[in-house]
Amino acid sequence: MNILVCLKQTFDTEEKITLENGRINEEGVEFVINPYDEYAVEEAIKLKEQFGGEVTVITIGPERAEQALRTAMAMGADKGVIVDIEDLGDNVDEHTIAQVLAATIKEEDLAFDIILCGYMAIDDGSAQVGPRLAELLEIPHISTITKLTIDGNKVTVDKDVEGDVEVIESTLPILVTAQQGLNEPRYPSLPGIMKAKKKPLTRLELDDLDLDEEEIVAKTETIEVFLPPKKQAGKILQGELVDQAKELVHLLRNEAKVI
Amino acid sequence: MEFTLPKEIETLKRIVRDFVKNEVEPVAMEIEEKNEIPQRVIDLAKELGLFGISIPEEYGGLGLSMVGKCAIYEEIGKTHNGFTSLIGAHTGIGTVGIVQLGTEEQKKRYLPKMASGQWIGAFALTEPSAGSNAAAIKTTAVRKGDRYIINGSKHYITNARDAHVFTVMAVTDPAKGPKGITSFIVERDFPGFIVGKTEKKMGLHGSHSCELFFEDLEVPVENVLGKEGEGYFNALKILTEGRAGLAARNLGSCQYLLDRSIQYAMERVQFGKPIIEQQAVLHMLADMALDIEALRSMTYRVAWMVDQGIKVIKEAAMVKLFGSEVYNRVADKAVQIHGGLGYSAEYPIERFYRDARITKIYEGTSEIQRNIIGTQLIKEYKKKG
Repeated sequence: MNILVCLKQTFDTEEKITLENGRINEEGVEFVINPYDEYAVEEAIKLKEQFGGEVTVITIGPERAEQALRTAMAMGADKGVIVDIEDLGDNVDEHTIAQVLAATIKEEDLAFDIILCGYMAIDDGSAQVGPRLAELLEIPHISTITKLTIDGNKVTVDKDVEGDVEVIESTLPILVTAQQGLNEPRYPSLPGIMKAKKKPLTRLELDDLDLDEEEIVAKTETIEVFLPPKKQAGKILQGELVDQAKELVHLLRNEAKVI
Repeated sequence: MEFTLPKEIETLKRIVRDFVKNEVEPVAMEIEEKNEIPQRVIDLAKELGLFGISIPEEYGGLGLSMVGKCAIYEEIGKTHNGFTSLIGAHTGIGTVGIVQLGTEEQKKRYLPKMASGQWIGAFALTEPSAGSNAAAIKTTAVRKGDRYIINGSKHYITNARDAHVFTVMAVTDPAKGPKGITSFIVERDFPGFIVGKTEKKMGLHGSHSCELFFEDLEVPVENVLGKEGEGYFNALKILTEGRAGLAARNLGSCQYLLDRSIQYAMERVQFGKPIIEQQAVLHMLADMALDIEALRSMTYRVAWMVDQGIKVIKEAAMVKLFGSEVYNRVADKAVQIHGGLGYSAEYPIERFYRDARITKIYEGTSEIQRNIIGTQLIKEYKKKG
């Protein structure tokens, strides 16, 4: 089975976000594989263990993103492709990423039976790249899956629908995106990391791909980047219960303006 | 000058950090109370490959440089020192002798199983009447045909309760003093090998040290490690190279204590403001950070020297001594900053305070390190003429 995983390197979930000149400051920040993409990697390796075949991990990002690929290879992925699109600067959005991924799969002639992605990246949280990529490749896709079974050509998944489960059947080739609960990602073993150093990694730049820059630039524009307002301390009402209730209604109506 | 770690070492470090934080730290109090590391944690450490960091790749390990090992030791120092000690003793003095001095047959027999953690390693030098004066060991080994017959006893042997492979020092020629000592690889199930009671200790709970008794213990001649008569010098070499690793473990514990202390000092309010705003507290934190920074530089420099093949007798003694003293100073300040909470057994700080104490004693006391440094100074001075 040929398995592709698209992953993104993101801030460690424990990092504090700080802004500098209207941009997110990356200095001294620890980066990890986007946690949802980590589920995708784990599932890919499980499929390989079950059916044999090869797992290829693809990422788009700066040089540091190589570490995310190496970690995935240490978990068991066989090879990696990293595409540097820094030439585009900030002119990048989900539309761009999906186009570049599709072009990379074509350029590298990557055969696939299944493509796995995280359902969203924890940094921008758009949850668009997987579905967009499936559309460009003209294959079916199912998002937010929590269980995956493959039998011959038949694919059966549990899909998380706002806390409920939908069971969906489809066929290979397919693209699925991973939701929390799909699996428990393994620790990459330390010998695995040393071996991952020697696994094949292809580096591509925009020029290597058959793409028209005009067509892939972002269709959205970022106007401003700002942090959410600081959470205010709660208010504790006092006095007789009846008075407290009145006060609460008054505050909800006039201060919070929610009723 | 280059002060950065290679990329793959950074990755290893990160994985070990996550493992320590997610799997070991949550059970640290349990380890302390039960005096036992949960089997699940040990199994996970085996799967991760932690037991093989000092063993070459061709024997199933990681074949890490000393710098690489120190990077990992620093991370495993950031949790319960019983766990740190299990891994540290196994990957240090428990295996390094076989890696450096073993014959091809010995390496093939022992290292793969030690790399996977199936066989735990231990180092047996100390005896009731031979601690700092290691050359005074009384355990004897007498050759009879194709075996040696070993008689005597050892004590305070780290990992002995669970270890399978012991590097044992015994006297083969009493007339020759230190040059009459030989090292042997001894397996737990060799006839005449008896593991005595587990010592009760002030700290390092979950790490089990025992007495060993050898009653006509039979060891095949092919299990001599290195050459006959070189055991004492082998032991010194094994201990010397282990010293940077020990310092790195202490470094990790110090960093843990500093991080906890800063966090606590920012949260704890007295006299209407966080205690970190009291200069007395802030200065304690500054001193801790200063000590830690100096230790970090020293540790990685000595590790780098080991990797370059530079002789580090003096520097290894320095880093072992400094690492132990810094750990004790930092632990003392951490308790002070935490106040009553620092003394409470419900909280991890006092545990580090107790665990720190042994570092000035084991693998060469602080006094012995000063002797080594002093002797080297004289040698260097005389050389210069």
